[in-house]
Amino acid sequence: MNDFDIWLYWLGLAVVTIPCGLVAILGLSALLGITLSETSISRLTQAAVLGSLLPAISILLLMLATGRRFVPIELGNWVSIPEVHFHFHWKFIFDRLSVPFVILALVLCGVVGAFTRRYLHREEGYHRFFLLYSLFLAGMTISALAGTIETLFFGWELVGLSSALLVAYFHERELPVRNGQRVWSVYRLADASFLLGALLMHHFAGEGDFGTFFENAAWPGGSIPLSQSQALQVGLLLLLAAAGKSALVPFSGWLPRAMEGPTPSSAVFYGSLSVHLGAYLLLRLAPILEASWQLQLIVIGIGGISAFFGSVMSRVQSDVKSSLAYASLTQVGIIVTEIGMGFYYLALVHILGHACLRTLQLLRAPTLLNDYHAMENAIGMRLPDSTDWLAARLPSSLKRWWYRFGYERGFMDLILDSWVVHPFVAAFQLFDRQERRWTNWLSTEPSRESDHIEHHPESTERVA
Amino acid sequence: MPELHFPWLEFSILTPFLGALVVWWIGDRQIARNWSIGFCFVALLFALGEWIDFSMLGAFEAHDHWDIITFLFHQDVFVIDELSAPLLPLGALIYLVTVLSTLRTKASRFSFAWTLFSEAIMLATLSCRTSWMMIVLLIVATVPPWIEIKRRQRCTRVYTIHMGLFAGLLTVGYTLLTLGQDMPGCTLIAGALISSATLLRSGICPLHCWTTDLFEKATFGTAMLFMTPLTGAYAVMRLVLPIAPDWALHWIAIASLITAVYASGMALVQSEARRFFCFLLLSNASLVLVGLELVTPIGLAGALCVWLSVGLSLTGFGLTLRSIESRIGRISLHDYHGLYQQMPGFAGFFLLTGLASIGFPGTIGFIAMELLVEGAVGVYPIIGAAVVVVAALNGIAVLHAYFRIFTGRRSTTQVSLQARMPERVSVLLLTVLIIGGGMVPGPGIASRYHAAIELGRHRHVNPNAEPTVDHEHLEDRHQEAVSP
Repeated sequence: MNDFDIWLYWLGLAVVTIPCGLVAILGLSALLGITLSETSISRLTQAAVLGSLLPAISILLLMLATGRRFVPIELGNWVSIPEVHFHFHWKFIFDRLSVPFVILALVLCGVVGAFTRRYLHREEGYHRFFLLYSLFLAGMTISALAGTIETLFFGWELVGLSSALLVAYFHERELPVRNGQRVWSVYRLADASFLLGALLMHHFAGEGDFGTFFENAAWPGGSIPLSQSQALQVGLLLLLAAAGKSALVPFSGWLPRAMEGPTPSSAVFYGSLSVHLGAYLLLRLAPILEASWQLQLIVIGIGGISAFFGSVMSRVQSDVKSSLAYASLTQVGIIVTEIGMGFYYLALVHILGHACLRTLQLLRAPTLLNDYHAMENAIGMRLPDSTDWLAARLPSSLKRWWYRFGYERGFMDLILDSWVVHPFVAAFQLFDRQERRWTNWLSTEPSRESDHIEHHPESTERVA
Repeated sequence: MPELHFPWLEFSILTPFLGALVVWWIGDRQIARNWSIGFCFVALLFALGEWIDFSMLGAFEAHDHWDIITFLFHQDVFVIDELSAPLLPLGALIYLVTVLSTLRTKASRFSFAWTLFSEAIMLATLSCRTSWMMIVLLIVATVPPWIEIKRRQRCTRVYTIHMGLFAGLLTVGYTLLTLGQDMPGCTLIAGALISSATLLRSGICPLHCWTTDLFEKATFGTAMLFMTPLTGAYAVMRLVLPIAPDWALHWIAIASLITAVYASGMALVQSEARRFFCFLLLSNASLVLVGLELVTPIGLAGALCVWLSVGLSLTGFGLTLRSIESRIGRISLHDYHGLYQQMPGFAGFFLLTGLASIGFPGTIGFIAMELLVEGAVGVYPIIGAAVVVVAALNGIAVLHAYFRIFTGRRSTTQVSLQARMPERVSVLLLTVLIIGGGMVPGPGIASRYHAAIELGRHRHVNPNAEPTVDHEHLEDRHQEAVSP
């Protein structure tokens, strides 16, 4: 390893470890009950973002200067059982995909961190927000730079947990909590699909290292050691994971629910970064898509349907954040379609542009009415009412149906609830009742004391 | 057989036994509690000493220095090996943190003497190598919870029927095995009876109703202590694994998997915290059994790792629920309680331990779960998929419980509900182990993999077992891999 490589190694290490250090500091302070002031938290966060962003930019400049397109940072095996070829390998890669994405993530996190400093000033959950924010930042950095599928999964999970808990940030109210649970449930299923896809990839190819897997070709090139049907199997599982993470059809229902969190988290997570992580996964695994035309068709189909649904739904939402959420879905759907069609660079540029625009829109969302008034004052009249050309020609009954379809969010939550959640819950409640009957029959008394407990014992005066 | 440098095993068993006798005579509950903590702590030190001493020996198994039992009975009754070495300190730790986190206000309901007695029995079971002795210990261990349910004037029939069946099947099965060694049919029946007994003790569906009944009727601490050391899984390892052929083990793995899926689904629909915890524990314990019965080195290593992670994480999870319960009473999951403001420390620990139990990244269960899934996928891909689904369902259940207990409304109380010092010590101790094990998983995984290889090799010696994996070959490769 020459001096240049050593420099790259340390810079790369700094990009990844500094956000993890922020998690450690904020996490330990919470665990030990040490109260950090708002200023300290804010400064630590800014320092961590800058401390990670500057090395990332340095690596970009060095790569541009030297023409290198692929810089691997090997940290070695975390766990290894060589006899059975099991290893968890820490490896990060800096290439044409990961460098723009990680810089985007760090810039947007930095902007939102600075915004939040004032937005949540003197809020009870200030420390909690920044702890989850740091977890998200670490997860995004690890996911963006992951050089192996298991490293990507590690970051992926951190992003999922922090996102779900931030949706439930206003946790003294019931609705945000319900929505947080919903997001988490979809994420867990997506994670399960991801893990299975990763294991299947290991199983078929004996390898989870992207470099080796794609024969050390720089992104988006490379070929994979999988047959067409194997690529289809692995790809479908990973597509399911991506669909869950990016709120593609049929999982789109969680996206407007995620807007229940504070505006900064909506902006950075669901408007710009988290929602693009699924698309990023598909970009990273582009050679797998190319190995199966059926998979490409499915990706194009899901992307197209998501874009269409998002477009319909965003037009009829009654609040600005939900409308923006569906507008995001439209763009993410188009991005996924671009990926399916093989336009990888276009998709990457689309992600970068869309993420920045959407962050700005969401951060401005609380002052939307003010902005409208300012615009109307400037032009001296009401803003013109725009009617779609197509909408003007549709029969009113069809318009009503589409309006209801859009307003009810494509009935997707309803369908998932009716066909998946309710039958599942009903089946296990039935088992539970059978168990009660069985233990009652065996006992000489009603077997469950828990049937008669108070629902809110904490509200009485009997505590402690 | 190699010898330890000190009679660690006998001392670790005798200490809580003597403690039980001492505490029995102490009338004052507070003093009894303090003495119990002391005895549990000393037992943990002996268990740790034995683990360290054993690790330094580098052998597969060893017996005590000045082994009085061997001298008396001319048989190695208490033996430590690679399987039991970390389980003994884990068991002792579970008892210590449970006793330590018992609030003074609840000391009158929780029998410290019986708890110490149970600890002695548990440690003896984990150290025991003689089958008949182990069977006696497994049966004796069922008595303290029964006495507690009886003393609380609750109906014991569900527990008695199941544990009676367990004792009967185990005794008859082992008797048949001993007497009918020359008759193949007899051995098969004996194996089936012993397997049924150990699976019943592990709470395999549909013979699991006694576990929820125990959590309903006994104190939370007693029920937790009876279940979390996973003594049932240990009995499977000692009594079933050596005699069962591979096909039987694979069927047990499927039964365990069905239990894991069933229990994770049931955890999602429970409306009370104890029952929820019971199903979560059953689901995770069944996953351990799935790995144990795969009988491949990686599956076995994964199961042994999950065993440790589940033991630590679900003990912490259960202790948090117990601490909350001791403040506000039985916790309903019908509605939101909003306790975060009153107990942020417990909320954080609840989340941490719950996530550790499902193998969340950065916790002790992460690599363990990956190993288990990889092992399962290697044998039957469908089992691997089901294990992943179970982990996903358990993850949903954990966060569901977290939201129900700590969020959803603003709750105010007139007194502080914050964790007391002993509770904080317990929480910190478990946190360090859960996160430490998650950050530095290498040594633990290597140790468990080596244990898996050795267990496979020892099973290979048994003519009834027909291993599908060449353990000797794997061991050679292991030696090559570790040699410089």
